[in-house]
Amino acid sequence: MATRLTRRVVGAAMTGATYSAALLAILPLAAILVMLVMKGAGALDWDFFTRSSVPLGETGGGFAHAIVGTLMMVGLACLIGIPIGIGIGIFLAEFGGGALGTLVRFVADVFNGTPSIVLGIFAWTWLVKPMGRFSALAGGFALAVILVPIVARTTEEMVRLVPNSLREAALALGYPRWRTSLQIVTRTAGTGIVTGCLVAMSRVAGETAPLLFTALGNQFFSTRLLEPMAALPLQVYTYAIGPYDEWNRQAWAGALVLILLVLVLGLGARLVTRGRQRQA
Amino acid sequence: MAQVPRTAAVPAAHPEARLAADGLTAWYGATAGVRDVTLAFAPNTVTALIGPSGCGKSTMLRCLNRMHELVPGARVSGRVLLDGHDIYERGVNPVQVRRRIGMVFQKPTPFPTLSIADNVAAGLKVGPPISGRESDGIVEQALRRAALWDEVKDRLGDSPLALSGGQQQRLCVARTIAPEPEVILLDEPTASLDPLGSARIEELVHELKREFTVVIVTHNLQQAARVSDVTAFFYLGALIEVGPTAQIFTAPTQPQTEAYITGRFG
Repeated sequence: MATRLTRRVVGAAMTGATYSAALLAILPLAAILVMLVMKGAGALDWDFFTRSSVPLGETGGGFAHAIVGTLMMVGLACLIGIPIGIGIGIFLAEFGGGALGTLVRFVADVFNGTPSIVLGIFAWTWLVKPMGRFSALAGGFALAVILVPIVARTTEEMVRLVPNSLREAALALGYPRWRTSLQIVTRTAGTGIVTGCLVAMSRVAGETAPLLFTALGNQFFSTRLLEPMAALPLQVYTYAIGPYDEWNRQAWAGALVLILLVLVLGLGARLVTRGRQRQA
Repeated sequence: MAQVPRTAAVPAAHPEARLAADGLTAWYGATAGVRDVTLAFAPNTVTALIGPSGCGKSTMLRCLNRMHELVPGARVSGRVLLDGHDIYERGVNPVQVRRRIGMVFQKPTPFPTLSIADNVAAGLKVGPPISGRESDGIVEQALRRAALWDEVKDRLGDSPLALSGGQQQRLCVARTIAPEPEVILLDEPTASLDPLGSARIEELVHELKREFTVVIVTHNLQQAARVSDVTAFFYLGALIEVGPTAQIFTAPTQPQTEAYITGRFG
């Protein structure tokens, strides 16, 4: 009986320990969210979403230019980066057994591990310097450079998960290798690839450093790709280190919007995955 | 490895043969999985390949539609004649060969993202272009011939994953016969099915032989006896004996065949 009691005590203690560990992991996230809502929700009004920065001395204004800028540059990054990333991922999973595959995989991993500020300098050297100006285009490119290896590696993982029996079934029907990969295998991995893209999008949406050298930021509303453009993280940075209370309040609100944006992308990813599970 | 006697098999140049292996040896790296097999398959006939695990019967089957070579390190020597032409000849495209020789696998392999109807039509997509209406007609015909039409006609747009294992396997049969191949290879098609599902596939095999040359690999001796006209017994990669199914099961000429069918090994 003693052993049974010991077992129950140890069991309860371990369960308690795992729950506390889980709580410990959630705590910082909850703290950040609570803090952001407390400090930022007050500055979230209609103007925040519809107006851009106002000149010093005036009160009010908003982050419309930064929100639009982030959406545009993330969109541009997806336009450039997602097709390339998915292409590389399919190559790695389906044909990447050889030396070239190993090399590409290595390069992708190096890019994945490179600090984003370095990638910003990379984009600066390739686009900003030759063009002689900071631009939203260079910002989108810098974000794409971060996006490609993430999308490539998640696509590779998802395509690898497709059972080989499906490939054989398509080949036995007389599908050439490339059509098997593109029409059967990639389609089967589709929802996983979409999830990977959404995760990569939310990752680059929060990037600040690479935009410092490329899009630069802008206090005015602009949708021109060849001009400097505002972005949420940049605007938050500028307003957070600024000396005015009004700016600081808006920086909190901007951070909250950024978190909400990432949250929406994350939820989207979960919904896509759930749809797949229900189907399966 | 033990010396295995070569067999006096049906000649490859048999005039009735739709498909024939001639001196076929299949390698996995340096190991031969199938050794010097000569065997002919007549049209409108079901040929069963039997033998203990690892005897090379599945490898043999995969050589017949050039699927064996997809395994890294795998290669084939010898000839496989389809209507008298060697499918391993230089310049023959394996993709074209596989459109003429269909295959159904051990586990059902419906394409999960395609609807039931699109699964059946999948093989038509890589064939000559046809109209949507023609395709719909072929899909219905294929499903009828696979004895699945009545069960799925009201949900052709649904996912195939909602079907039972046996239904999925019949869907795979429908998908295989839709492009009208000449030969159908079945690789243990009932291994993952329950008895009822297996029985329906066996009935289907009887139907299929009216139009096709059928080769079936099976672990189940009773199944071989029920569905096949000709049985070929493989052991250690070699073809030991081939003959009419009744003869193989009642009066085998080789001692290994007798030992296997009476359950002394395998």
